[in-house]
Amino acid sequence: MKAAVIVFPGSNCDRDIQVALRQSMGSEPQMVWHKDADFDDVDLICLPGGFSYGDYLRCGAMSAKSPVMKEVVARANKGVPVLGICNGFQILTECGLVPGALMRNSNLKFVCRDLHLKVERNDTVFTKQYQAGQNIRIPVAHHDGNYFVDSEGLKALEDNGQVAFRYSAKDGSVSEASNPNGSLNNIAGVYNTKGNVLGMMPHPERLCEDVLGGTDGRPMFDSLVAALS
Amino acid sequence: MKARIHVTLKNGVLDPQGKAIEHTLGSLGFDGVNEARQGKFIELDIAETDEAKARETVTAMCEKLLANTVIENYSIDLEQ
Repeated sequence: MKAAVIVFPGSNCDRDIQVALRQSMGSEPQMVWHKDADFDDVDLICLPGGFSYGDYLRCGAMSAKSPVMKEVVARANKGVPVLGICNGFQILTECGLVPGALMRNSNLKFVCRDLHLKVERNDTVFTKQYQAGQNIRIPVAHHDGNYFVDSEGLKALEDNGQVAFRYSAKDGSVSEASNPNGSLNNIAGVYNTKGNVLGMMPHPERLCEDVLGGTDGRPMFDSLVAALS
Repeated sequence: MKARIHVTLKNGVLDPQGKAIEHTLGSLGFDGVNEARQGKFIELDIAETDEAKARETVTAMCEKLLANTVIENYSIDLEQ
């Protein structure tokens, strides 16, 4: 399996994804600078978290127009799996690969802590090594993670099974009390209609080794390696 | 030509920053403030003298970059 991690000016989780991928793949992912639109054919493209272009105008707005993203969109439309985490999710919404938008957290606070997620489905390349309905612990760190989509779009997401993860409580229940940022229907991550693009605010790459306090993020990378090797 | 662009959240999109502004104005004693909405103001100097063409160009700028039309509306004022 070959993977690429796109690096934008202001990305700061690119190395974390690199380490997580290296551990699961047993080989080196390719780090691709955002100006290099002609990178190798790969089986997986990752858009990392961070503050690309200083979050100017809107989070992810500038990166979505960078040279490499035209190529990422073209490859995603051909079926190449794309994983966008945190700022990567914001970039995916800004370039239209997944629906909706990420707005300022409803309580206006930057939220930075471990919380729980309910895995909605385990029949995608990203989640095969989780159980459907499994409750996992994953860190979040964001100021603009309040997922919004209009009511028609929300119905379509729910009807098509495009919700990937929901913010939940430790006991697995999903309610307003377990919603850290005001996201509609507690949505923490969404797929495109084909299921080959996943955008999510939480950071699975930050919890892939015991030494970091947990491994609930690792099955995502192991799932991708198993599906794409 | 100067183009002045206002980008605002669509009706029905919750604006937590607007709410915080409204609340703080209330706590400062400014009563009767409702529906505070925060937006963006962008000013551009563009090398186009024809107003119709300028409007077309700035509309394309708004659609492609300046506004996220999932959540935002925009309005354009032009001045020679």
